[in-house]
Amino acid sequence: MDVDLSIKYCGLELKHPFMPGASPMVDSLDTVRQLEDAGASAIVMHSLFEEQIVGEELGMTRAREFGENSPEAAGSYLPDPEGYKLGPDEYLRQIEQIKKAVAVPVIASLNGNHRDAWVRYAKLIEQAGADALELNTYEMTFQLDQTTDAIEKQTVDLVTAVRAATTIPLTVKMLPFFAGLPSLAQRLNKAGAAGLVLFNRTYQPVIDLEELEMSHAYPLSSHDELPLRLRWLGMISPSVQMSLAASGGVYTVDDALRAVMCGAHAVQMVSALLRYGPNHLTTIIDGVREWMTEHEYESVNQMRGSMNIKNCPDPRIYTRWGYIKTLMSWA
Amino acid sequence: MSQTNTAAVDANEAVASIAHRLSEVAVIYPITPSSPMGEFADEWSALGRKNIWGQVPQIMEMQSEAGAAGAVHGVLQAGSLVTTFTASQGLLLMIPNMYKIAGELLPFTMHVAARTLATHALSIFGDHGDVMAARQTGFIMLASNSPQECHDLAAVAHAATLEASLPVMHFFDGFRTSHEVGQIHTLSDDDLRAMISEEAIARFRARGMNPNKPIIRGTAQNPDVFFQTREAANPLYLKVPAIVQAAMDKLATLCGRAYKLYEYEGAADAERVIIIMGSGAETAATTAAHLNAAGEKVGVLKVRLYRPFSAELFVNALPKTVKSIAVLDRTKEPGATGEPLYLDVLTALHETGRGNVKVVGGRYGLSSKEFSPGMVVATFENLAKPEPKNHFTVGILDDVTHTSLKWDPQYDIESDDTFRAIFYGLGADGTVGANKNTIKIICDATGSYGQGYFVYDSKKSGAMTTSHLRFGPKVIRSPYLITKSKFIGCHQPFFVDRFDVLELAQPGAVFLLNSPYPADQVWNHLPADIQQKMIDLKIQFYTIDALSVARDTGMGTRINTIMQTCFFAISGILPQEEAIKYIKKAIEKTYGKKGQEVVRRNFEAVDATVANLHKVNVPNKATSTIKRPPVVPAEAPDFVQRITAQIMAGRGDLLPVSALPADGTWPTGTTKWEKRGIAAEIPIWDSSVCIQCNKCSMVCPHAAIRAKVYSADDAPEGLPCVDYKAPDLRGNKFTIQVAPDDCTGCNLCVMVCPAKNKAEPKRKAINLENRLEHLEVERANWDKFINIPQIEREKIVRIDVKGSQLLEPLFEFSGACAGCGETPYVKLMTQLFGERLMIANATGCSSIYGGNLPTTPYTVNKLGRGPAWCNSLFEDNAEFGFGMRLAVNAQRMQAEFLLKQLAPKLGDSRVQTALQCAGSTNGTAKQLEAVIKDIDAELRKMDDPAAKRLLPILDSLMPRSVWILGGDGWAYDIGYGGLDHVLAQTQNVNILVLDTEVYSNTGGQASKSTPLGASAKFANAGKMTSKKDLGLIAMSYGHVYVASVAFGAKDTQTVQAFLEAESYDGPSLIIAYSHCIAHGYDLANGLEQQKLAVDSGVWPLYRFDPRKIEKGEPALQLDSPPIKAKVSQYHANETRFRMVQKMNPARFAELEAQAERSAAARVELYKQLADIRRGAAAADKQADQN
Repeated sequence: MDVDLSIKYCGLELKHPFMPGASPMVDSLDTVRQLEDAGASAIVMHSLFEEQIVGEELGMTRAREFGENSPEAAGSYLPDPEGYKLGPDEYLRQIEQIKKAVAVPVIASLNGNHRDAWVRYAKLIEQAGADALELNTYEMTFQLDQTTDAIEKQTVDLVTAVRAATTIPLTVKMLPFFAGLPSLAQRLNKAGAAGLVLFNRTYQPVIDLEELEMSHAYPLSSHDELPLRLRWLGMISPSVQMSLAASGGVYTVDDALRAVMCGAHAVQMVSALLRYGPNHLTTIIDGVREWMTEHEYESVNQMRGSMNIKNCPDPRIYTRWGYIKTLMSWA
Repeated sequence: MSQTNTAAVDANEAVASIAHRLSEVAVIYPITPSSPMGEFADEWSALGRKNIWGQVPQIMEMQSEAGAAGAVHGVLQAGSLVTTFTASQGLLLMIPNMYKIAGELLPFTMHVAARTLATHALSIFGDHGDVMAARQTGFIMLASNSPQECHDLAAVAHAATLEASLPVMHFFDGFRTSHEVGQIHTLSDDDLRAMISEEAIARFRARGMNPNKPIIRGTAQNPDVFFQTREAANPLYLKVPAIVQAAMDKLATLCGRAYKLYEYEGAADAERVIIIMGSGAETAATTAAHLNAAGEKVGVLKVRLYRPFSAELFVNALPKTVKSIAVLDRTKEPGATGEPLYLDVLTALHETGRGNVKVVGGRYGLSSKEFSPGMVVATFENLAKPEPKNHFTVGILDDVTHTSLKWDPQYDIESDDTFRAIFYGLGADGTVGANKNTIKIICDATGSYGQGYFVYDSKKSGAMTTSHLRFGPKVIRSPYLITKSKFIGCHQPFFVDRFDVLELAQPGAVFLLNSPYPADQVWNHLPADIQQKMIDLKIQFYTIDALSVARDTGMGTRINTIMQTCFFAISGILPQEEAIKYIKKAIEKTYGKKGQEVVRRNFEAVDATVANLHKVNVPNKATSTIKRPPVVPAEAPDFVQRITAQIMAGRGDLLPVSALPADGTWPTGTTKWEKRGIAAEIPIWDSSVCIQCNKCSMVCPHAAIRAKVYSADDAPEGLPCVDYKAPDLRGNKFTIQVAPDDCTGCNLCVMVCPAKNKAEPKRKAINLENRLEHLEVERANWDKFINIPQIEREKIVRIDVKGSQLLEPLFEFSGACAGCGETPYVKLMTQLFGERLMIANATGCSSIYGGNLPTTPYTVNKLGRGPAWCNSLFEDNAEFGFGMRLAVNAQRMQAEFLLKQLAPKLGDSRVQTALQCAGSTNGTAKQLEAVIKDIDAELRKMDDPAAKRLLPILDSLMPRSVWILGGDGWAYDIGYGGLDHVLAQTQNVNILVLDTEVYSNTGGQASKSTPLGASAKFANAGKMTSKKDLGLIAMSYGHVYVASVAFGAKDTQTVQAFLEAESYDGPSLIIAYSHCIAHGYDLANGLEQQKLAVDSGVWPLYRFDPRKIEKGEPALQLDSPPIKAKVSQYHANETRFRMVQKMNPARFAELEAQAERSAAARVELYKQLADIRRGAAAADKQADQN
């Protein structure tokens, strides 16, 4: 009997948990088609960034208005053809095209910093045909007066606002810096989020010693980043009634299996696909199926969460006990 | 234009609307002030708007007006309906074809925004010099006087040309009419269809060239038949008046607006009449009505059909009672017995038996000089005299030949029911745009008539705009500036410190001031005279801190909608809520299609405005001690004090004829007296961090940040300085100093600075800081710095980037855009060769920032030497500079000849030294200077005719560096033929192409330099072809030095190229990448963008030096690195590309891929060429190797 890989993720019926995560791969329709051919159960788009849209809108408007002071330029140094629009049009068009190009669900992604903009763009994304929306929050503060509570409230309010304005499933892609993640997850769920993606990555600044410049490297994720995801999946999956996705550090079949065992409904991969190409997804899917068959699992649902804090043989490993045990074991 | 029957538009749009709908083809070329007509046509066709026959007209930009006229001629000969738009020199370039088109009896309408012809100076403003210069071509000439008339008579012109089978030049006053926004009633497509005769079109088509019915036209004729054929067309001209009048009558039946060819307005029994064409006719007619109401008997006859001039109809239109006539011409024909219209009137009266009427002619309104009711009164008063002054002028004070009439500038005929408002704004604050919307709002909401006219100063950065708005229940016929206003809006706080913002306020007027001070403090910050005026005039004073509102609502410095909301809130023209609704609607219309964020921010700003608007009680007493500083400092030269300062203060109109140099020669070096202080932030030097690279000075577009190395003995007390580090001048002091009142705050110097503060690397050796906080100190430092002696050139061992910036710039503080990408090259040229420079400058941005009054940036060194600069035209600049070289050669040859002739008297040794050093730049300058001085003294003692001939040309022995400057519109398009010809010669000229890849000055129209995929005016959807490789074409000659440079990418190569080009004894061409505001990004990033252009292969750097051929080396050296960035990265930063991408991503992807391939192929080609050795020396080397 074939092993059943199908799963429900944020209300979407998926043929299995494995999909490309948010990445520039979706910029090319050819690559999107390759990903589907490689077996992707869904396509996750890269984020629409509010700052990018607004910045360009303001910049291009300013550029066009510059010539108003010149009698010769007669209003502007640039033409003003009616055929172009500023705003998120390119992104929305890409959703439409991907929807036409593939049969699997398309999950759009949004990254903003003003509630109005979140709501405005979320509506447009829904209208463009996205099947679900990943809300990508990225809030790290250096301000003394901004408390963790306030940041959490802001995130919950944001989900509430987007939920009120849209009907497609929402999932929240989180940073890994919330000590009270289970509580936050529950509040997000109540606010209308159907899922959580653990975790977003924070590309760390790189210091150029010679030039005294800061720059952002764009390193691919490493295998070492997975355990943090597994820990939190394992800790919250028993208690949170949400779809969970692992994102970051999944390279191999074993990684994928561990993510599911810790409670992931979906497993997103980017770095591995960028490094090894879209067909690596097939390797993972086939490998998971083979391993599960070999180990006589019936379904992903049977396996999902089997190694979380509730079901694993020794749950203490997730607790302070595990921490102490690890330190003590050095000797 | 909207489908409703009214629209608030300017005449350019009103005309283009007709021309576009009644043409199959429009062939265009940009020239101010007619460019918007072509731009509208291009935009409408790009949007798929159709003509009345259901076709989208083809719009084609040509390389010049001459090219446009040629194409028009071709379209006509092949039987299609075509139009064009032009002005000024553009019309002159069309004249040869105009003779042909008229001679061949072809129906065609051209629309001319009549503009001054360049004589002693260029002027972009309006008069009839251009159309009068074409009056002999055989075209029908039809004049319109207002935006409404332009719209209507454009239709009449297109209808009449077909009926008459003769071409029509429809013209109206440039700027005054072309750019005046007014509420007009529009003609529908059905109206136009009713105007146009399909039979006439069929007749025209039947005459078109067609191989199925072959004909031949344009033959060469001989004495036997040419003359008769010219006379054979007479019947057609005889029919024209009736045909044009019939078209006008047809129009009247369609829309109710009736026009006459010669239309009289005034007393039926008038004794004094003014004859006039153009917008001035409206002023004259309304003033006449005012005078008649007061019991006078005067009138005005408006000439609409100027060619053919119907003496009979003209005279019939005159009242029989007329005793004296003043004919006003808006042109000057020096040496003629009178101006053209005057002569026509004289002839007409004489030939119709009315020769007994006294006729005088006068000139008015040249270069858009104001023509006001007071001037009309003066003209009528002149006519009332027993011996009226003939050949008079009005509007100026001629104290030389005493032609001028005196007039009362305060004479006012405006009705009380006309609301008049004046707004002073800054170009960047959006005042003009908001006012255009205000006119539309008021006209639409109230059914009033409106009028808007906008006056700009000549600067491209920090320019002031003055908006004149009128509203009223009757059609507004006042084509002159407001002199008494009910509302004054001052949108920039610092204006009150610069000029009398209440000069035009009438008693009881509202004064709205944008001020950073709270309402209870603003009074104390006003100058004393403004306070007093407010008290005297009982001004109602309102204030708002618009900048804070703008910043709080994310609008930056854009205060236009905030001030517009204030205007509506105070003026009460509309109920406040209704006004805000309309403002928001206008915002939505303006920005909505482009994105919601700008709309949202504007809405927020509007909503926040009323709460921040305050009425201020004007006290009874002026308490301020603030006085406005003098326009120029006391130490400014006499000419600057007497003349330049008057123009700077806006009093240029008051200068008498005697004050002005008749040949257009002005002193250079005057920008230094115009302290504009437009930067909010200026660069402040941190000497402890500076590495003394001088890059900040190199990139400064305004020569506002400079480096000096000087002896410790010369170090002024208190001026920051450090020890100079380089070994060649060790022991000296070094200072970097900003000119705080001349800096535009563009940030390029900070961006280029490579030195960082170790403890705080975000700070560099140059940091932008608040100008006002540093002003006092930096002003004092600048004064000290500028007086430090300039280091002698001979002491600078290496003229590289660092060394070149120790040389004095002889081009400073121009009015170019903040962050301009052209001016650093121009400045460098003056640093390297300034004291021996002769510059031929093509018309364009560089001629405007280089030579637009009142102040000009080319200056002199302490010896009084510096660039000699001249602008001829747009199209002829290469030839113009070439001529300068020929003159220099001729003078030197003559000088050398005379020196030899006089050698026995002057002494062989002196003469030999002079001859050996003549023209040389290799270290003999001082020796040459000394010997010339010596010879000069000797010559003055001689009575020899040869000595007298030699004296005026003796200094031609000094080296001269001839540079030919211009933009890509000139070099790639209109002037290309001449440029190519000059390159093909061997004369020593240096050509600098400041390549912005568009016609920047006229507003960003596409040139052949515009890159593939970029949107530009006339190429809205993105240019489909690659830019011309001008450098490669020049290299093909083999003997031309060619360099491609981009100072932001590799400044060392730029300096090298300039030095090599100048040292090459033959033609040199430098093509200089010039980032430009027309590319659509913040120019503070211009240097980075230049680097990307080079790294992506879009702009390869190279030098092709023919001297290397003789050495057997490859002439071409590729100076840019292998391609290491994508063209898409370069494109992504610029609006001109992003716009195309946004319009059609798939199509842009193709264009971008094509651009990537093209860049790679070009770089590859250059790589291959850089391996080629040619010439005899190369062959020898090859033989040796073998």
